[in-house]
Amino acid sequence: MKCSVPASVKYDHTFCQGCAQGIVNRLIGEIMEELGTTEKLIVTTDVACGAMNVDFWDFDTIVGAHGRPIPTATGVRKVRKDCLSLAHLGDGAAYNIGMAETMHAAIRDDDVMALVLNNCVFAMTGGQTSATTMLGQRTTTSVKGRKKSVEGSPFHVEKALGDMDIAYLARGSVDSVAAIRKTKKYLKKAFEKHKNHEGFCLVEILTPCPTNWGLSPVDSMKRIREQVIPEFPVGEFIDRGGNE
Amino acid sequence: MAKVLMKGNEAIAEAALRAGSRFYSGYPITPQTEILEYLSWRMPEVGGEVVQTESELSGINMLLGAASAGARAFTSTSGPGFSLMQEGLSYIVAADLPLVVINVMREGSGLGNIGASQGDYWQMTRGGGHGDYRMIVLAPANVQESANLISDAFDLAEKYMHPVLIASDAAIGQMVEGVELPEFKDHDINKFDFAVRGCKKGDRPRSIQNIYFLDDQYEDHLREKYATITKNEQRWESLYVDDADIVLVAYGISSRMCKEAVRAARDQGIKLGLIRLITLWPFPENAFKEVNPNVLGYLTVEMSTLGQIADDVRLATQCNKPVSSFGSMMALPESDGIIEKALEMMKEARQ
Amino acid sequence: MAKTEIICAGFGGQGVLVTGLIIANAAMEDDKEILWYPSYGVEMRGGTANCNVKISDEEIASPFVKEADIVIALNEASVTKFEPRVKPGGYLFVNSSTVKHRDYRDDIHVYEIPASDIAYESENPRGTNVVVLGALAKTTGLFDPDYLRESIDSFFLKKGKNNPKNAVCFNKGAEYFD
Repeated sequence: MKCSVPASVKYDHTFCQGCAQGIVNRLIGEIMEELGTTEKLIVTTDVACGAMNVDFWDFDTIVGAHGRPIPTATGVRKVRKDCLSLAHLGDGAAYNIGMAETMHAAIRDDDVMALVLNNCVFAMTGGQTSATTMLGQRTTTSVKGRKKSVEGSPFHVEKALGDMDIAYLARGSVDSVAAIRKTKKYLKKAFEKHKNHEGFCLVEILTPCPTNWGLSPVDSMKRIREQVIPEFPVGEFIDRGGNE
Repeated sequence: MAKVLMKGNEAIAEAALRAGSRFYSGYPITPQTEILEYLSWRMPEVGGEVVQTESELSGINMLLGAASAGARAFTSTSGPGFSLMQEGLSYIVAADLPLVVINVMREGSGLGNIGASQGDYWQMTRGGGHGDYRMIVLAPANVQESANLISDAFDLAEKYMHPVLIASDAAIGQMVEGVELPEFKDHDINKFDFAVRGCKKGDRPRSIQNIYFLDDQYEDHLREKYATITKNEQRWESLYVDDADIVLVAYGISSRMCKEAVRAARDQGIKLGLIRLITLWPFPENAFKEVNPNVLGYLTVEMSTLGQIADDVRLATQCNKPVSSFGSMMALPESDGIIEKALEMMKEARQ
Repeated sequence: MAKTEIICAGFGGQGVLVTGLIIANAAMEDDKEILWYPSYGVEMRGGTANCNVKISDEEIASPFVKEADIVIALNEASVTKFEPRVKPGGYLFVNSSTVKHRDYRDDIHVYEIPASDIAYESENPRGTNVVVLGALAKTTGLFDPDYLRESIDSFFLKKGKNNPKNAVCFNKGAEYFD
């Protein structure tokens, strides 16, 4: 087996130990090479940790405003239909401040692709409660753990968008090699659909945040397996197929 | 080209297409909704796209993407919607992106009302969003000028890599006048190298950033940019400032009333003059250098309760003459009232 | 007239806004300065609608009309609202198909015409406003009747609508005050 790394992704990144952004970046780079679209991808990031990626990718990039990468990426695609336009954001951006933008991209079935890294916290600002924080999970704004009576229950994108007329919706994880392989399949399918202008594609990836979870990298992956996946099931939820 | 009848809002939309714009995203709000409505059918005819977004917040961030990709992108809004756009505008300035936003002013603050007003002068000329910035603001006074200025707005935006605002108002947006539409111009989306388009292997990736701590020369660049705009881009129209006793200062719909007042006053032997602001920022300070030294004072006329232009007139004239304001946020100033107020000022100045 | 100010008012859907545009277009093509301004916002079909038209040899300042030289009132509410705003010596055109006769000011010219009935009889039910424009051209001297009739046809032709019955309605409106 030949092992090579995609040239469009740098590996001397500055993410925390155990952060999965490097894994996700490698998947993006591999898929771009496989689809022959490395020179066609434009990524719009959010302002949080993910924005650091602009130094670790050899793609053209835009750093959007917090919660707004999806409409920004839509704007790119509207005027450059030959390019792939990916919005790259976290759970806080996609499901808290940018919920209206996420919902309406789906309602309009916008010709854009969103990649949501869900680590169940606002990571860059130091680990506050987000829409996907688990019940009982301690954060700096729920010091005794998220309570249903106070912050409500975790948000599930597959429940909110599951019946909508969009091209693709899936959730993957990075807690094991097998999970990463499966996630790559979802991501690649989404990119293919996006390349073909099939409509709105959203892939959520469950990622660890050892720093804000207060766990080691290994224990963080264990937590994803044992606690996060039971709450947020992985799999494909919408695969419409073909152009509408 | 022959004149056609067009609403201010529709003329500005059509002229934007003719200036090469092929992308618009916006949200309905009176009194500018005709722009969105017109473009929703007209834009596809010329091969462009329109997105009616879920909010002005989303719309302005969609424009950020289109402008980053090199398109001539624009939007339009009014009062409350313009406030929602401030987040995006602040980012767009920080990212040094060219685009155009039309604000068809209505009464405010708050929901206010849908009638003509000019209360967004401070918001448009001082920045409006968070941080340390200003934007070029062009103020048309009729339908023809609305059509002409949008093309200039795109040119200025690209010249300075900076967003440009058009300060229209409900009266100018809603009125129909005869207008000669500009010719079609093409815009090449690859004209500027900054525009993201996909990175060729071995090239340095383009990145549209809005953070400042990467480049310690950046502040010098900013200072120079604002100074250059201030020096080069002041626009105004003057009437009778060489012998006027009182010079009116106004823009947009109010400036039309001032012109009428100046004509009526001159017929009665009352020496009024007018400086009509075409750029609100940069403020046309140079216009005031042409005013005769014996002028008794300046009267700003605007659809505003507080008189928002007055401070800028004081600064431009180094407070060496009295400055008063006349107007209301709800009612268009009448020429009789303007003359009466000017006469009062003359009387006070001569006492 | 060097400067003419006109108010057109009626139910939304009666074509009052278009009436104003027709007048503005005819004046613009006659090289006059023109300005048309709608009442806008909450009025939709069935509510009251009105617009102002200004025609002048000089630059026009305000879009608003305080006192009008000519008022076209196609419904009861418009007569009530705008009769007081006709300048002394000015003109008030009333659609008597829908507005009952009443005592009008005696310092203005009032022309009552069953415009909707005439339009209906001419098998041009949307031609009420064109009937009134015929009467207006005949009585006010604002436009030569032949010029305005042709201008109306070219106005609609530009919108891709050719309706020969408009000329019929226009002539009947003009003849009504022979």
